[in-house]
Amino acid sequence: MLTAVSSAAQPLGLYTGMAVTQAQALAPDLMLLDADPAADAEALEKLAVWSQRRYSPIVALDPPDGLMLDISGAAHPYGGTAGLLADILQRLADVETAARAICAPTYGAAHALARFGGEALRIVDPSGLAAAISALPLGSLRLAADTTEKLRVLGIETIGELEAMPRASLALRFGSEPGRRLDQAYGRLAEPFEPVEAPSRIEVERRFAEPIAAPETMARYTHKLVDDLCRDLEEVGLGARRLDLRFHRIDNAVEAIRAGLARASRDRKQIGRLLCDRIETVDPGFGIERMVLCAPVIEPLGLRAMSSLGERPVPEVSALVDILASRLGEERLYRIAARESHIPERSAARIAPMADPTLLRWPERWPRPARLFPRPELIETMALLPDHPPVHFVWRGMRRRVVRADGPERIYGEWHLSEAEWLSVRDYFLVEDETGARYWLFRQGDGVDAATGRQDWFLHGLFG
Amino acid sequence: MTERGARAHLPQLRARIAEIEGGERRQLGVLPFGLSAIDERLPGGGLALGSLHEVAGGAQGVTDGAAAALFAAGIMGRTGGTVLWCMTQPDLFAPAIAQAGLDPDRVIYVEARDQTSVLACFEESLRHGGLAGVVAEVPRLSMTASRRLLLAAESSGTIGIALRRWRRREDAADFGQPTAAATRWRVTAVPSKPLPVPGLARPRWFVELIRCRAGECADFLVESCDATGRLALPADLADRPAAAQAWPARAAS
Repeated sequence: MLTAVSSAAQPLGLYTGMAVTQAQALAPDLMLLDADPAADAEALEKLAVWSQRRYSPIVALDPPDGLMLDISGAAHPYGGTAGLLADILQRLADVETAARAICAPTYGAAHALARFGGEALRIVDPSGLAAAISALPLGSLRLAADTTEKLRVLGIETIGELEAMPRASLALRFGSEPGRRLDQAYGRLAEPFEPVEAPSRIEVERRFAEPIAAPETMARYTHKLVDDLCRDLEEVGLGARRLDLRFHRIDNAVEAIRAGLARASRDRKQIGRLLCDRIETVDPGFGIERMVLCAPVIEPLGLRAMSSLGERPVPEVSALVDILASRLGEERLYRIAARESHIPERSAARIAPMADPTLLRWPERWPRPARLFPRPELIETMALLPDHPPVHFVWRGMRRRVVRADGPERIYGEWHLSEAEWLSVRDYFLVEDETGARYWLFRQGDGVDAATGRQDWFLHGLFG
Repeated sequence: MTERGARAHLPQLRARIAEIEGGERRQLGVLPFGLSAIDERLPGGGLALGSLHEVAGGAQGVTDGAAAALFAAGIMGRTGGTVLWCMTQPDLFAPAIAQAGLDPDRVIYVEARDQTSVLACFEESLRHGGLAGVVAEVPRLSMTASRRLLLAAESSGTIGIALRRWRRREDAADFGQPTAAATRWRVTAVPSKPLPVPGLARPRWFVELIRCRAGECADFLVESCDATGRLALPADLADRPAAAQAWPARAAS
């Protein structure tokens, strides 16, 4: 029997579950590989560990071919859920793995849509849940094969039809299983799952005889765990770059906090504060019976100069960066460094806030505006060609008379980056109007040759 | 009372007044502008460190805050250490900030989602104490919010600049509302000095000190920050023989 079919074989009419003899009759030169479920399971587990490291602290296996990720609160670095799913698909495609990424309010629904929905990327919101899954075949409901078969004999083909059946007679005939799976798919019943645990050398945990739920208690034990973790880190002489704190609830659900550090650290106060800041996002439910703190990413500590001359120690800026980054998102904190480019938009690039000092500086001789528009704004002007500044221009509905001007500063397109910029030219002028406000204008093209640009004028920035 | 007797009492009285005014407030020193015309109008001879200051643009600068940003960058450039710049609109062009005297390696930009989160970041970073200064672009600043910021700045000794920048020109009336800031500045670009050749001279700002705690209002006509973050008095206004003599010397060389 075929257990998996490659994308090249699908057009030939082969499908999973087909008998091998039948397949060979359809495609005589078929290449057959023996199935290796053990290796598949191992690979899936590796993938789970990778996605736990990369995307979300809570990842569970959905054998034989699925992974479940709890992405609540994990999507913002990718610009939202769609960005996260696209990133997963892209990265899997890079290693030639076909995948479908579905985000749904329940695991049951996501499981069904990923396998039977036929779409590679889909986000289902709670209001669209029923509509999205009601038309799916019964096979997607994770029922035993014979139950599905019996239901099909009764003429029930889709989830929606099963949902419409009276529940009592269904339970009488098929037991509680169909009802439970339906409730799980529709989100009426919680579905706990066991997350994979990445092999990490640095991990500490605490179990509670009595479940805890108060935020103050959770914070107290968080600090105790941080103490333990920092002691372990000291023993190996490393610092943590990322921390996962998992709360195992008594109803088997798992909540998690993930915190990143800009610089490897094992400072108890700093780490404790970072985690405790986020405790309010954790829903303890009926209580928490186990807390696990692990450091999946560890690095040697950076060197730091220590002074013992009685000066007041200056707090580390990286600790503040971590606090703000965990609140706003890591991508919202950055430094801006010079890049070797004359195009203004490309001359400045964002780098990590705690990156090493840069060497490159912008040239000081060329005045640059304090505010640069994300895209240049088209203006109406009157100017002499080819190399005179405008006499006046209209921007945002107001006419401004140019009193003094400097320029042009000619900036050529970066032909080594793009064909389209082969000939393009911008002539920048710095102009001052009668109120003293200064503007950065440019003309697309050199004013003579139409191939260099359309001779339109733009306002690109404002000087102080 | 004789003159000598009065002198002896003065330090005592000053200490008492400071005690009444500041409670446990520490004297953290000042950051001078390096221009005696401005410094002598400020109590202590400069901008108070560990305090909150407000800067806004005038005229068109109300909405773009370009000159105000450079003014703030110049002040921060003269401190030493890392500076945090909080904003919601990432339209600041870093090369200009570098040209105003603030090295790019010293600035960490924080792009917050909304104004509330800008204020939260502003306060958190003022309280932290490891920074040389914090600039935050905020449109509205209530008395309560500014008091919190001032207390945070005083507790750490970090200088904070609230860069007031509004979405619409009409909103700038908000700048009349009182806040707890130690000084309040308005920076307006004015026409620069005509040059004998085509081109542009150094930008000129009309800097108004609208409010100053324990000081008086004043206004100054200055030339914009240079690459070391220092303002300058226009040569035709600075009544200094040295400045006047420097011109032929430079022209000759």
